[in-house]
Amino acid sequence: MPLNKIVKTELLGPEVKLFEITAPRIAKKRKAGQFIILRVDDHGERIPLTIADADAEKGTITVIVQGLGATSKRFLQKEAGDIVWDLAGPLGKPTHIEKRGLVIAVSGGVGTAVAMPIAAASKKAGNTVYSIIGARTKELVILEKEMTERTDKIFITTDDGSYGRKGLVTDQLKSLLDDGIIPDELVAIGPLPMMRAVSELTRSYNIPTVVSLNSIMIDGTGMCGGCRATVDGKTVFVCVDGPEFDGHKVDFAELGRRQKAYLEQEKQSMEAFSHQCRLEVKAKKLKIETA
Amino acid sequence: MENNLPNRERLKIKRQPMPEQDPIIRAANFNEVNLGFSKEAALQEALRCLQCPKPTCIEGCPVNIKIPEFINLIVKEDFAGAVAKIKEDNSLPAVCGRVCPQEEQCEAKCILDKRFEAVSIGRLERFVADWERESGQFQVPEKAPETGRKIAIIGSGPSGLACATDLAIMGHDVTVFEALHEFGGVLVYGIPEFRLPKHILKVEIDNLKNLGVKFVKNFIAGRIATLNELFTEGFEAIFVGVGAGLPWFMNIPGENLNGVYSANEFLTRVNLMRAYDFPNWDTPIQIGKNVAVIGGGNTAMDAVRTAKRLGAKRAMIFYRRSEAEMPARIEEVHHAKEEGVEFHTLVSPIRYEGDENGWVKKAVSVRMELGEPDASGRRRPVLIPDSEFEMEIDQVVVAIGNGSNPIIGQTTPDLTLNSWGNIVVEESSGKTSKRGVFAGGDIVTGGATVILAMGAGRKAAKAIQKYLENNEW
Ligand SMILES: Cc1cc2nc3c(=O)[nH]c(=O)nc-3n(C[C@H](O)[C@H](O)[C@H](O)COP(=O)(O)OP(=O)(O)OC[C@H]3O[C@@H](n4cnc5c(N)ncnc54)[C@H](O)[C@@H]3O)c2cc1C
Ligand SMILES: Cc1cc2nc3c(=O)[nH]c(=O)nc-3n(C[C@H](O)[C@H](O)[C@H](O)COP(=O)(O)OP(=O)(O)OC[C@H]3O[C@@H](n4cnc5c(N)ncnc54)[C@H](O)[C@@H]3O)c2cc1C
Ligand code: SF4
Ligand code: SF4
Ligand code: FES
Repeated sequence: MPLNKIVKTELLGPEVKLFEITAPRIAKKRKAGQFIILRVDDHGERIPLTIADADAEKGTITVIVQGLGATSKRFLQKEAGDIVWDLAGPLGKPTHIEKRGLVIAVSGGVGTAVAMPIAAASKKAGNTVYSIIGARTKELVILEKEMTERTDKIFITTDDGSYGRKGLVTDQLKSLLDDGIIPDELVAIGPLPMMRAVSELTRSYNIPTVVSLNSIMIDGTGMCGGCRATVDGKTVFVCVDGPEFDGHKVDFAELGRRQKAYLEQEKQSMEAFSHQCRLEVKAKKLKIETA
Repeated sequence: MENNLPNRERLKIKRQPMPEQDPIIRAANFNEVNLGFSKEAALQEALRCLQCPKPTCIEGCPVNIKIPEFINLIVKEDFAGAVAKIKEDNSLPAVCGRVCPQEEQCEAKCILDKRFEAVSIGRLERFVADWERESGQFQVPEKAPETGRKIAIIGSGPSGLACATDLAIMGHDVTVFEALHEFGGVLVYGIPEFRLPKHILKVEIDNLKNLGVKFVKNFIAGRIATLNELFTEGFEAIFVGVGAGLPWFMNIPGENLNGVYSANEFLTRVNLMRAYDFPNWDTPIQIGKNVAVIGGGNTAMDAVRTAKRLGAKRAMIFYRRSEAEMPARIEEVHHAKEEGVEFHTLVSPIRYEGDENGWVKKAVSVRMELGEPDASGRRRPVLIPDSEFEMEIDQVVVAIGNGSNPIIGQTTPDLTLNSWGNIVVEESSGKTSKRGVFAGGDIVTGGATVILAMGAGRKAAKAIQKYLENNEW
């Protein structure tokens, strides 16, 4: 079986797609919390993606990708049968999983793909696991079925109230805490503002809170230092020291600024990408018309 | 060509200049700066060698290339013979001829160095290696019959490549595992195109493939397979040549501001990821206007000259000692100056300040003076009180050196490391504390040179051969 071949895809929502890719060695070795780095094509950048699931027997790993910028959107155009140019992993330290009692996994957007393997592993280790999934609107809620199967209880919130409870994941979490449901550990994964808000909330309850940081990466092996963040006043390299850290100690403001470092260039890439897409559509039309 | 020229005639020949791209033009492109000797220049330069009966130059070369012998073959215009002679000791002459610090090694020991000018050994080495590549007359080394014994090489830098070459020639079944998506280590992600064009390295790797060496990319040993797992899969010996790839920072305030890079990140974005050709290549890089590169080694020179080529108005070196103590090759310092790089010596930044969006805007530095020599033998920089000053900058590249990458150490508990995280080996063989595992290059010595890494790889190859024969540790 050729390496890095996409064997299955599934659209989970608008701009969110699941890929099952052959990577037998990684499938065998990976643990919850780890990620891979891939290049979509020859001139592609290296982007990190969490291993959402793996099948050691089939020799495949699953990644779930949100189309954010040029690279991820180009990836979304790939279908079963296509090849991913480069793929390396598993990277990062695995999640530290032990039996604690009640674990709550709070996730937002595509962060649910990252939270899922951790929630599943926590459950396997004998914990009771609740999941809170948040999204802007109903169609952006992903992996509801998978999370339901893997956890004991699931809560859904949408910003616009189109599905589940209207509001933010922190509103749901606050209700649980108010009801005296205090987890022994909380895992929060999603956009930075969300992880930050959840960490602020759990701080006053002294709930150990793990967040998964998504800093900009290149090699993913500790060689470049581009992924650095400040945790507990010290500089860490997220790819080798993390990606998971104590949410109460992360300098979210700095990380937020560092994530925006290439905003201008990202726009430029997006324009080039859209232009190319328009050309492709035109070419297709021409083909149809001339046929 | 005349080879019984009397010495006094030889001494009259001037050291041949290296043809170069014009500084103003080259400061705006990534093409190679040094263009290489013409055949005439090479023949003239070769004639300068006195063919000393006790050639001291050989001692200066870490792998003891038979220098007068290969130069004599150049004089006889037997370029193929000259390359073959070099390759008895060095498998990557096109690389070493370009990047070796010759002025401190072979050429420093050339008898002509004191009163005349040393023979341009490195440039001659490069000339014949380039001749071989360009003529396409590669001699495939004679391989011993296949032994069927499997050996794993971790890392495709010069140490790994040299080790792989020798083991393949010995007839073994060699696989090189590399973490990144291209092969060559620092030669591909660190040293820029304008000093070492990538196509040269590619040809060398293709030659190794022709020798039967297997190359596996995107393979992060330790993570995807531990060393023990590689043994279980049938590899009988492992050479670890993973380099010194963990960038140091100064740990001063503001180092995590946007626009502050490690040299590794800056150079990797440009070299490995081709950010200079953004958006044709996807990886972006910030284009700095006023760039401060911190450090005085080869890495710093590569970074500052790269910044200049990307379009910096001011590309500056900040170095805490004086120019005499700079570890960079003299040629690189010279080239950098010609290209308009500013040198601010006896200067050390103490903090960076940023704007409201977190972008670096200012470097606050102090001035130093030289005191007593320190452990390295270089005069220690001492702070001048009240010497703080500010400079407007919008990009910083920190090039103060590398520690060792922790992945192999963390995943191989029975491998002994020193307090710096370097793998401890027996000097003569590269044997580590773990049976069947050898190591060499920067992961053992800390950041050093290409030729030392190659030498270590070759030494380990010999020791691996012995280990396979007698199975003794
Ligand atoms: C450990 C880790 C795990 C991740 N797991 C997932 C996942 O499972 N699914 C998923 O959809 N996304 C995941 N991400 C985020 C994903 O890598 C980025 O969305 C992607 O790189 C965006 O690239 P782009 O070119 O499409 O977007 P761009 O337009 O280039 O960038 C959009 C934003 O993505 C971030 N980004 C850009 N380039 C990189 C890069 N090289 N590395 C990291 N972030 C970058 C920046 O914050 C940027 O503002 C993960 C990130 C990390 C660090
Ligand atoms: C910018 C720069 C300029 C330099 N200029 C010069 C010069 O002019 N002259 C000179 O002589 N020297 C120079 N040097 C130093 C020289 O390049 C190094 O000493 C030499 O490359 C070391 O070789 P190595 O084989 O030990 O390791 P490296 O070249 O560092 O190669 C190690 C390889 O191992 C890979 N690796 C790491 N971990 C793993 C893993 N777990 N699994 C698989 N693969 C892994 C890495 O990705 C890398 O490709 C320079 C260095 C730098 C950074
Ligand atoms: S390998 Fe380096 S040190 Fe040795 S002879 Fe060649 S240039 Fe000189
Ligand atoms: S020391 Fe100089 S002159 Fe003598 S053999 Fe070596 S290169 Fe030639
Ligand atoms: S991505 Fe380069 S060190 Fe983390």
